Amino acid sequence: MAAQPFYSRGMSNTEALLKVENLRVEVPTRRGTLVAVDDVSFDIAPGEVLGVVGESGAGKSLTGAAIIGLLEPPLKIAGGSITLAGRRIDNLPYEAMRRIRGKEIGAIFQDPLTSLNPLYTIGRLLVETIRTHLDLGPAKARGRALSLLREVGIAGADERIDHYPHQFSGGMRQRVVIALALAANPRLIIADEPTTALDVSIQAQIIALLKRLGRDHGTAIMLVTHDMGVIAETAHRVAVMYAGRIVEIGPVRRIVDRPSHPYTKGLMASIPRTAGPRGRLRQIDGTMPRLNAIPPGCPFSPRCTEALDRCRRERPDLMPANETQAACWQCAPVAEHANA
Amino acid sequence: MPERDVLLEVNDLERHFDVSAPALERLLQSKQRVAVKALDGVTFTISRGETFSLVGESGCGKTTVARCVVGLYRPTAGNIVFDGVDLGRLRRRKAMAPIRRRMQMIFQDPYASLNPRWRVRRIIAEPLVTHGLVADKAELRARVAELLEQVRLAPADGDKFPHEFSGGQRQRISIARALAANPEFLVCDEPTSALDVSVQAQILNLMRDLQRRLRLTYLFISHNLAVIYQVSDRVGVMYLGRLVEVATADQLFTAPRHPYTRLLLETIPRLDPPDDPLGGREPVAGEVPNPIDPPPGCAFHPRCPYANDRCRRERPSLLAAGGAPVACHAVQEGRLPTSVR
Repeated sequence: MAAQPFYSRGMSNTEALLKVENLRVEVPTRRGTLVAVDDVSFDIAPGEVLGVVGESGAGKSLTGAAIIGLLEPPLKIAGGSITLAGRRIDNLPYEAMRRIRGKEIGAIFQDPLTSLNPLYTIGRLLVETIRTHLDLGPAKARGRALSLLREVGIAGADERIDHYPHQFSGGMRQRVVIALALAANPRLIIADEPTTALDVSIQAQIIALLKRLGRDHGTAIMLVTHDMGVIAETAHRVAVMYAGRIVEIGPVRRIVDRPSHPYTKGLMASIPRTAGPRGRLRQIDGTMPRLNAIPPGCPFSPRCTEALDRCRRERPDLMPANETQAACWQCAPVAEHANA
Repeated sequence: MPERDVLLEVNDLERHFDVSAPALERLLQSKQRVAVKALDGVTFTISRGETFSLVGESGCGKTTVARCVVGLYRPTAGNIVFDGVDLGRLRRRKAMAPIRRRMQMIFQDPYASLNPRWRVRRIIAEPLVTHGLVADKAELRARVAELLEQVRLAPADGDKFPHEFSGGQRQRISIARALAANPEFLVCDEPTSALDVSVQAQILNLMRDLQRRLRLTYLFISHNLAVIYQVSDRVGVMYLGRLVEVATADQLFTAPRHPYTRLLLETIPRLDPPDDPLGGREPVAGEVPNPIDPPPGCAFHPRCPYANDRCRRERPSLLAAGGAPVACHAVQEGRLPTSVR
């Protein structure tokens, strides 16, 4: 264990760049307050890629949006704290947060076409972003824009810099979005489904690019996706979310090969593979509960084949289980046996 | 080889789309008409009871094939023969109707393909009424209830509206509607792409059970290779409007022949990456070219590591070169190293 690099440990409190503690995101409705993100805690070290995986509506994108301060009202942070490099950022006024966004935290979203202003050339978009956050003159900023485009692998950057977003293909646009996210050398990048809109061969190129960034610049990356394959190729650690909570978090190989939480097990088993036996896939019956109908106790208990009485009454917190941490009453004793 | 009981035959199917500038602009700026060849000579057959899949990246024409087969697009050239009947010869609606009943389609987006203002009962009943398959209201009710149960929904769900269901449940409703007319042949266009993976498994398992029980034949379309591997008997790989390789699923995934198929298989994100997760596996560069102006010769040659002069000049045809049919000079000339997966 001691020889492992810092990021492959289950938790790495000491060197965390981003620290999220007991984050709670609520949305008030006429019929009462719904909890969209419930008591979520994790951290990310410099150079580390944390994958956040879960089904749609599990709260993974909202967690990302809360960190960059882009929750859309009426959604709001109702509890917990977010700390970036020792500084609390969840309670900052709008202007202060605007300066951090882009400078300290870069963002990459799913659809590269809607994240680029269609009326500006990409050169202008880049130069504007660079000059907002860095003290550079126009010529130097353009030079930096060019080198960013080259870094993200845009061929013929000298010419392409004066093109408009619609002149780029989907994969190239996503590279431009990544160049924009990198413009001010942020320490953290939140990438929300960065490859979902792309074809597989392009997806692989973007994944390779993200991996290189973490390695070469020490950029921490929070990679939000529903695609476990992308996470397995990219992330060091994985947080699995279900119904607004983290149900399991740990090193990627442990989560993929030996998950502890019944939901993670079911999720991994239901992913179709490209080799081995074919035929019926393992399925998890039922669907994830809606926010207004989250059952008491463990939110997964109605779909869980291993649920006990306790699971339906009492909510489990994350506890050590087989080298990961899982929020499951069944996992805890297993881990104790293993350690004994 | 035993005699194959062919249900669907697609021969040299072409479908072009006119993407010219408006007439006035053409006149004033003397521009030419421009056509995209979305399908450029696609040939395949599907046997009764099998699942034939088409796979490829966006824009390769797989959805266009599906829409031509069910009659939503009229082919520009080529023909489609369903159970011995050439669909191109059926001009009148009346002549089409019995064939239409026998083939149905399941669409990708279960949010867009169900009328939000209709109750589920009415959505599922529509094909029954259209094709006059039930005698009275009582029979209609009973048949709708039976269809709902067939896709593992409750008969009482018929009283609800689509928005009351999750994505997976909506796709079950689409399947129930498709099954209403007792079809033999289902065209499934990315039926699980909008669904979460645990729900995807439910739908794929359901489709598999239904195929066994009702002896259905599927034309299955997906960009997801893992899904294709799980559901298919045979697979056609498409690139820029043409089939580049047709093989059984086992052949395709254990010994892919066309360089494009190999590229696709190599680039799927894997749950067990071969080296350490930070390893520098640099993927193949390049993108699908613009279909308005496809490269001469083999359309894949600009991205192909094995391309030579002949590939840049001469378009390869789909030939069975000592194995599954493949459209590649390098394979046909035997100068491609065998791939090991």
